[in-house]
Amino acid sequence: MYTQALNTPDREDRCVEDAARAAQFQARIDAEERIEPNDWMPSAYRKTLTRQISQHAHSEIVGMLPEGNWITRAPSLRRKAALLAKVQDECGHGLYLYAAAETLGASREELVDLMLAGKAKYSSIFNYPTLSWADIGTIGWLVDGAAIMNQIPLCRCSYGPYARAMIRVCKEESFHQRQGFEIMLTLCRGTEAQKAMAQDALDRWWWPVLMMFGPPDKLSQHSDASTRWKIKRFSNDELRQKFVDATVPQAQFLGLTIPDPGMKQNEAGNWVYSAIDWEEFNQVIAGNGPCNRDRLAARRKAHDEGAWVREAAQAYAEKRRQRTALQAAE
Amino acid sequence: MTVANISVSETPLVLYTLRRADDALILGHRLSEWCGHAPMLEEDMALANMGLDLLGQARELYAYAARVEGKGNDEDKLAYLRDARQYRNLLLLEQPNGDFARTMVRQFLYSTFADLYWRAMMRSGDATLAAIAARSEKESAYHVRHASEWIVRLGDGTEESHRRAQSAIDELWAFTGEMFAADDSERGLIEVGVAVDPAGLRAPWLKAVSEVAREATLDLPGNDWMQQGGRDGRHSEHLGHLLSEMQSVPRSFPGAAW
Amino acid sequence: MPTPNTPLWEVFIRSRNGLAHKHVGSLHATDATLALQAARDIYTRRGEGLSIWVVPSNAITASDPAEKGMMFEPAESKIYRHPTFYEVPDEVGHM
Repeated sequence: MYTQALNTPDREDRCVEDAARAAQFQARIDAEERIEPNDWMPSAYRKTLTRQISQHAHSEIVGMLPEGNWITRAPSLRRKAALLAKVQDECGHGLYLYAAAETLGASREELVDLMLAGKAKYSSIFNYPTLSWADIGTIGWLVDGAAIMNQIPLCRCSYGPYARAMIRVCKEESFHQRQGFEIMLTLCRGTEAQKAMAQDALDRWWWPVLMMFGPPDKLSQHSDASTRWKIKRFSNDELRQKFVDATVPQAQFLGLTIPDPGMKQNEAGNWVYSAIDWEEFNQVIAGNGPCNRDRLAARRKAHDEGAWVREAAQAYAEKRRQRTALQAAE
Repeated sequence: MTVANISVSETPLVLYTLRRADDALILGHRLSEWCGHAPMLEEDMALANMGLDLLGQARELYAYAARVEGKGNDEDKLAYLRDARQYRNLLLLEQPNGDFARTMVRQFLYSTFADLYWRAMMRSGDATLAAIAARSEKESAYHVRHASEWIVRLGDGTEESHRRAQSAIDELWAFTGEMFAADDSERGLIEVGVAVDPAGLRAPWLKAVSEVAREATLDLPGNDWMQQGGRDGRHSEHLGHLLSEMQSVPRSFPGAAW
Repeated sequence: MPTPNTPLWEVFIRSRNGLAHKHVGSLHATDATLALQAARDIYTRRGEGLSIWVVPSNAITASDPAEKGMMFEPAESKIYRHPTFYEVPDEVGHM
């Protein structure tokens, strides 16, 4: 995605946002045309996308940590290989997404620096701890399940590079939810202790997973413009409902109880869930979840301890260039 | 299934296969510890790929060892229900990751050997081992390429990277001799053409390692006093910690399947 | 201190012999050798490729979408370049 070549330096005349251009832009969006990196776009569109795509990328990278926590303890070699491959996929997804964000003019490094400084958000779900092997199953089944609900509509997002990255991500993610469900199924068909482990994981993850879809529609700040720009095609509450309706029968199949005694099915067949504790969500987003500090500390440590490696590679490349130039001069 | 250690009837072929399986598992496990913590995303991907290659090799080798043994063990019992004294891997491979230089030097020293080894094993009289060798050789050839490129960049990069790479070589060198040793149990297999004599791989290994080290402006240590013991289950203190972490779940839940 | 930028590369992969290389994504690397290795490790994990090209992103010169009219629209009116422009009676068969 031809970032640096196209977006820097931004030509002065591109920054003039007149009403006619904005109308033309909206007309292209309405006609389901894709916007490409060097097309003119309103700066608010660029800003919204940069924020959303980079947050998405940060989520993939931070999301490696809770699951990575169990790679060295996966209980069979088959599970170990699948989990390592899955967490590696998340790294790849972060990488694709940073590249998509870079087409908007930011560099991966500055986006990462913002995240490490605690100035960029990532999905609230990754601030919860993974306490047992069943958490790995639950994350695959529910967290990836919820992520897919969110990501499939993004494959049709108006911004070309984001849509293309999401197509690749969705294709690769199709195994993630299945591997999670398979872990849960194995636990639920296993010993009493295993089944209890599965139920305990569901009890802890259920509400945080519902929060993943974001605040209720009536409180969501970004939705209006995002919908108009066709970045977002379904509202938070719509996706959340879709997820709950898909998940309840799966939980029943597993023989697990969703920790919401008040939940019932309405006449339309939708499962109506009880009130979500948005205060908890706001606190986690604000940095006060159980693992926010640990997650950021782990990413900072990897970044800081990797600095000398990146410098070495850069220094070597520079030396090579100089040697080649010298040889050419001889 | 039980949480107690299994016992393994270590006939020469079982023991031989188990040693290589343990090598692949332990190094694969070490590489998997990097996941989410590498110096850059691109390298996180690469380390996981190598880890997955090695896990794949381990699984094939364990499955074969279990089949040859024929006592009802399987890959997971062999991996999860033997303790440190029963593990047969090279000491080099259980050494902690340390910094990126140490991980890359360990990878470089071992994969340069492994590639020569698997290439020779493609001619093994044992058809299963020969087939595993053919697959593994392609993987280890790439590991050599990858690690060598990094050794050159670290050695010839900055002062700091040079110092770190040099100290990693100095610290790990004493674990390399074990790769070329064979005991009586292996000698029998070498004589019948099932195994290769690792002593014969030392010269080409040293040549390959020296060439990369020279390009990387790194020195190979002169001291040839070598640590031994991994093949007989006498390990460094590090392996016990690795295994207690790796085996914790199956050991805590007797009779469970995962 | 801000993290220094590492050069960006574009990755092109040929999935099967007989097909052209196709752009699949980007990555960061300090030199071409590492870029090629990274491309292999990132973009061919599911057997997607038989050949890889990596190109420094800043080596690509792109057309300007603002000049779309001048660049591409003149071609739209040349319908006589397309076979369907010409009438051949059905009896003549495939041509």
